[in-house]
Amino acid sequence: MTPTETALAEELYKIAPDIELDDIDRSGDLRDEFDIDSMDFLNLVTALGKRFGIPMPEADYPRMQSFDDLAAYLDAQSDKRPCV
Amino acid sequence: MSEFRMPSLGSDMEAGILVEQSVAPGDTVRAGDVIGAVETQKGVIEIEVFHDGTFERWLADIGKTVPVGAPLAMIRGAGDPPEQEPVPPETVPIPPDTEPIRPVTTPEPPEVVPLPPETEPTPPETEPVEPEIEPGPSELPDMPAPEPSPIPEEAPEPPFVEPEAPPPEIEPEREMASAARPRVTPAARRLAAERGIDLMVLGQSLDRPIKRRDIEALPSEDKGNVATDFRSAIAAAMSRSKREIPHYYLSHEVDLTAADAFVTAENAGRAPSDRLLIGAVCAKAVAAAIAKYPEFNGHYTNDRFHPSEEVHLGFAINIRSGGLVAPALFDTDSLSLDELMHNMRDLTARVRAGRFRARELSDATVTLTSLGERGTDAVFGVIYPPQVAIVGMGAPRLRPAVLDGKLEPRLMATFSLAADHRVSDGHRGALFLRAIDKNLQTPERL
Repeated sequence: MTPTETALAEELYKIAPDIELDDIDRSGDLRDEFDIDSMDFLNLVTALGKRFGIPMPEADYPRMQSFDDLAAYLDAQSDKRPCV
Repeated sequence: MSEFRMPSLGSDMEAGILVEQSVAPGDTVRAGDVIGAVETQKGVIEIEVFHDGTFERWLADIGKTVPVGAPLAMIRGAGDPPEQEPVPPETVPIPPDTEPIRPVTTPEPPEVVPLPPETEPTPPETEPVEPEIEPGPSELPDMPAPEPSPIPEEAPEPPFVEPEAPPPEIEPEREMASAARPRVTPAARRLAAERGIDLMVLGQSLDRPIKRRDIEALPSEDKGNVATDFRSAIAAAMSRSKREIPHYYLSHEVDLTAADAFVTAENAGRAPSDRLLIGAVCAKAVAAAIAKYPEFNGHYTNDRFHPSEEVHLGFAINIRSGGLVAPALFDTDSLSLDELMHNMRDLTARVRAGRFRARELSDATVTLTSLGERGTDAVFGVIYPPQVAIVGMGAPRLRPAVLDGKLEPRLMATFSLAADHRVSDGHRGALFLRAIDKNLQTPERL
């Protein structure tokens, strides 16, 4: 796993500790695969925004629909930051 | 001086384990302070004091199972004289489960949370008394006063006295299971604790005390756990609801387009930690509507409805490991949307961590349940006694709707109401649901 995927897996584990990453479809709907509701998703976005130092606006939610999409989004947004 | 007693969190709870003592003798306590935590079937619950005073001492050690209504601690109220004669906890009689214990020297109303009628605490007296069949009237300060059931559901039986302390190495959740009502021999209790067997479940299939050989005869994989405790707690409350409450049901399509647009606009400039969810807007809309429909907000106890002046909206929260709870969002009607959202996040986080406060479980006056965005079109709830109504919110989704004579895709959700026909009728229920709808068309005013 890439460092971003590891970070994402850690944050997901805090919310859905009963779900194994190996058991899910990483391209499937994140909310279905991890059985998370809108409150869980908001908490995930909040945690990732802090961890990666990015705003994660609601308008970008459509780009965060699966594990793979979300990991790619985090990588793309982190690259845009001026200095890390 | 007053005793702080083990609160009851519903007719199904018989005992809890003291797992935390967060104050020490001599500490000043204020109403609302958390003084410790108790493990129950529903998780770890923080216990709060209801009066200002000085914490005198604990009457139970950590790890000790304490029956509902039995003393946990002594607290000296502001102005009370210092304690005269300590009462060792061992000498306090533990009455059978149809009659919570009467406090020994308490001059104030009970500090336990309000209860369903079966486990209603009786008013304080100056002397310990023998258990009676009929509990006396309660005088809780801020709740409608439930009166005794005219007929007790079960005849009291002699309390089973635990002859010795349980071994200290027993894990809390296992000890919790052994605190259930069935009578158990000490040897059987120890073995059950070692094997993690739920004695409450076993006890229901036997009409005699559980003995060691009963435990030995069980297949070893038949283990009790927190999930089965949770299931039995829900079973007790929901069975009572369907047995006692004549439900009627209504449903109504609500256009959430305006509410959704409002949330989107609000969230555009906000950090994730400050964002709103449409669920918070809906919760506020329900709380705001109920002011004009008081017959859906309160408790029905002992053949009478007691409306509540405050709106403490119970908010059903799914537990990942199984089951759900609907703890109260206090004063939902008077909170701003941001405050309400903050409280919903806080409550959800604590519930998911298995930790909430006693009052949050007992004081909800009406409940909102939602299966979320991935749920079904509609949900029809089962009223949580002694409440009298539950509003259900189906999953919002784009559906064809007719607006000004034209067909348009709109974000729609089906709202439902299950209400107690002893208290209200469908006509008023319909008006209530429509008032929620109306509030959601002008979310900026909420």
